[in-house]
Amino acid sequence: MSERVKVAFYWCASCGGCEEAVVDLAEKILDVINLVDIVFWPVAMDFKLEDVERMPDNSITVSFINGGIRLSEHEKVVKLLRQKSKLVVAFGACSSWGGIPGLANLYTREEILERAYLTTPTTHNPDKIIPGSKTEVEIDNTKIEVPVFLASLKPLDEVIDVDYYIPGCPPTPNVTWKALETLLSGNLPSKGSVLGASDRSLCDECPLNKTKPENVLIKEFKRIVNFNPEPNKCLLVQGLPCLGPVTRGGCGALCVNANMPCTGCFGPLSDVRDYGGKAISYLASILDLDNEEDIKRELSKIIDATGLVYKYYLPKSALKGKVGGSKS
Amino acid sequence: MKEIIIDPITRLEGHGKIIIVLDDDGNAKRAYFQVPELRGFEKFAEGRAAEDMPIITPRICGVCPMAHHMASTKALDDLYKIDPPSAAKKIRELAYNVFMLEDHALHFYILAGPDFIVGPTAPKSERNVVGVIKKVGLEVGKRIIVTRKKLRDINTRLAGKVIHPVFGVPGGVSKPVSEDDAKEIRAIANEALDFAMFTLKAFKDLVLSKKEILDLIISEAYTHRTYYMGLVDDKNRVNFYDGKIKIVTPSGKEFAKFDVHEYQNYIQEHVEPWTYIKFPFIRQVGWKGFVDGEDSGIYCVAPLARLNVADGMATPLAQEAYEEMYEMLSGKPVHHTLAFHWARVIEMVYAAERIKELAEDPELTDKNVRVMPTSTPSIGIGVVEAPRGTLIHHYETDELGRIKRANLIVATQQNAARIALSVDKAAKSFVKRGIIDEGLLNMVEIAFRAYDPCHACGTHSLPGSMPFKIYLYNEDGKLLNVITREQ
Ligand code: SF4
Ligand code: SF4
Ligand code: SF4
Repeated sequence: MSERVKVAFYWCASCGGCEEAVVDLAEKILDVINLVDIVFWPVAMDFKLEDVERMPDNSITVSFINGGIRLSEHEKVVKLLRQKSKLVVAFGACSSWGGIPGLANLYTREEILERAYLTTPTTHNPDKIIPGSKTEVEIDNTKIEVPVFLASLKPLDEVIDVDYYIPGCPPTPNVTWKALETLLSGNLPSKGSVLGASDRSLCDECPLNKTKPENVLIKEFKRIVNFNPEPNKCLLVQGLPCLGPVTRGGCGALCVNANMPCTGCFGPLSDVRDYGGKAISYLASILDLDNEEDIKRELSKIIDATGLVYKYYLPKSALKGKVGGSKS
Repeated sequence: MKEIIIDPITRLEGHGKIIIVLDDDGNAKRAYFQVPELRGFEKFAEGRAAEDMPIITPRICGVCPMAHHMASTKALDDLYKIDPPSAAKKIRELAYNVFMLEDHALHFYILAGPDFIVGPTAPKSERNVVGVIKKVGLEVGKRIIVTRKKLRDINTRLAGKVIHPVFGVPGGVSKPVSEDDAKEIRAIANEALDFAMFTLKAFKDLVLSKKEILDLIISEAYTHRTYYMGLVDDKNRVNFYDGKIKIVTPSGKEFAKFDVHEYQNYIQEHVEPWTYIKFPFIRQVGWKGFVDGEDSGIYCVAPLARLNVADGMATPLAQEAYEEMYEMLSGKPVHHTLAFHWARVIEMVYAAERIKELAEDPELTDKNVRVMPTSTPSIGIGVVEAPRGTLIHHYETDELGRIKRANLIVATQQNAARIALSVDKAAKSFVKRGIIDEGLLNMVEIAFRAYDPCHACGTHSLPGSMPFKIYLYNEDGKLLNVITREQ
């Protein structure tokens, strides 16, 4: 590429962790700045939306967008970035599939507002005021606009066309760096590819993999609440529902290194259509029980199966949740 | 009636704006600070397994994930009525102080530094982190980056992930600290303390030595006489990890000291229709609107509030710095918003001293780091001091430990009313006869930075400059003028 590469970063309904993760590139940040021109990064730099509006179409080489789509403004900005960018990359779990805030799709907008503003025990709201129930509020004879909280949280590719995905909650600095290298190499992978992470399951890079037999078979699922796994032995073999076998590798098995099961923040491998469906059928398959009834009974002991297998993936899933199916 | 809207557009639309209503003479009548941010954690917590809460709630905020992780983990201890082994508590407190130190350092050097180290009236082009590095020297600049990285690496070792930790489980932590880890941590602890002391000295040399900055700190424009709240240990000293919640009145008298289980007796949240953020207030005093003083229930949390409610610091160097601050600002409580910065540096010294104490504690590598629950869960409440103030998680579950209801009292929320006071005071001081003084923009910006309003917890705005846009309307709501603050 002869011309300087132009990069934009933007966040939607983000926790800020994806931005911190970029800052955690630490000294490598300087390398990034040497290699590319950052033309838009609201969190760190003062370029305005109007500046983006003035850019010619397709003039940004690549836009990295993190966070799910939760407000009408998010929709507006990402559509603009799509128009101005050659490539758009969904950065992190929220942007790729909805992430943990996507679990909100289990409830309606009204239920969420009611809980927040009427029924929490410390709320003192005698007039039953619910912010956001009206888009305009009058105070001191002045009409104040209140932005709209959308009916559900959407992953980025339900609003605009997405070229690549960088997984993780958040993506680790190592993964981010590798993804950047791929993008800068000029040798672009096929559209829809996942960048920076591994093409194999997490187990493949897990230090405990050597203690995991080819075919795992367990009698029951344990809960971390009342089970203390012994160190240096595959957590799944010990009965904890570790999602390593169905999760894309790349993080270096961070959670497992802390003696905790993988909860799937790197999402599915390429050939999988629905992460949660794959995870639950895998968990069912390792139960060393003879009949369907026993398997069902054992699975029902998982007190929140949705939260277990769709923790980062609900808005993208076939299940979608209560408010799902609302394609923009 | 005229209306001015200040829109911090660095975070773009939908993430916090200021609306100023003018009276007929064009003077500011009242200002509003709007936070359009809601993700619904309290609702979608329902149905989740309790042990997932320390994984789920850090996603409220990726800047202070450790605070949510820890409040949540402590709520689980309480839910299952278990007291973790001493080593587990020490490991948690160590990781917690490491987090507090690096978060405070980030704020001091990157966010507040430009205003104070470079100077509040320095040209905008120098009031940034590059300007700070120029003042303190490149070597120091590098040291800030390296120390922060080392501290974050410690927490990757201790907590699994630094952004969104995983080590907290009911009754303890998921793994003990190895001898190797402990050795590494002890080495970094010494560096961390040097770094904190260096920061305190830099604050004195570069900030306190300047009369105009001291005058700014104590100026009336940045002063609000509110209640204060924070955690104290059994000797009434500041503690981030555990203790009783203490409230003092604007005149500094103890108003209450209570166990977190009683928080509902003291804290209530007021709702306004024009913003998604709720405004907590002291229940017994009541919500009297956006005013300060003894009769208004508005209180604040965060570094200065913690120091105001405490009798002192639990470590010697921090105690010295604590006494110095109250002596220079003539007694407790200090009501000056800009003293938040000073308090934050004192807390950095405390965090570093505490890290050193814990790193050298022989019990740190004890293998017994977990107690198993035996009781049936029903209610669990946990509290910590987040960098930005008291943080409470409250869960109610069925007998299997499935969440039925959750209530979260988040730090930045508790400062929302006082932030509104600051914005209101700034507007009233600097908007006269329909003319907006440049001073308004600076003052609002500097006041904001003092609170370090957290990002995802509150406004989503990260360290950096906050360029504003002002919309000036006439009485019929017609746009007269748009003013953009120059960078
Ligand atoms: S993917 Fe994770 S770290 Fe990134 S914004 Fe979402 S919750 Fe935060
Ligand atoms: S199942 Fe989990 S613990 Fe076992 S090898 Fe795979 S990632 Fe590691
Ligand atoms: S172990 Fe699993 S949940 Fe943990 S960081 Fe890696 S992919 Fe994410």
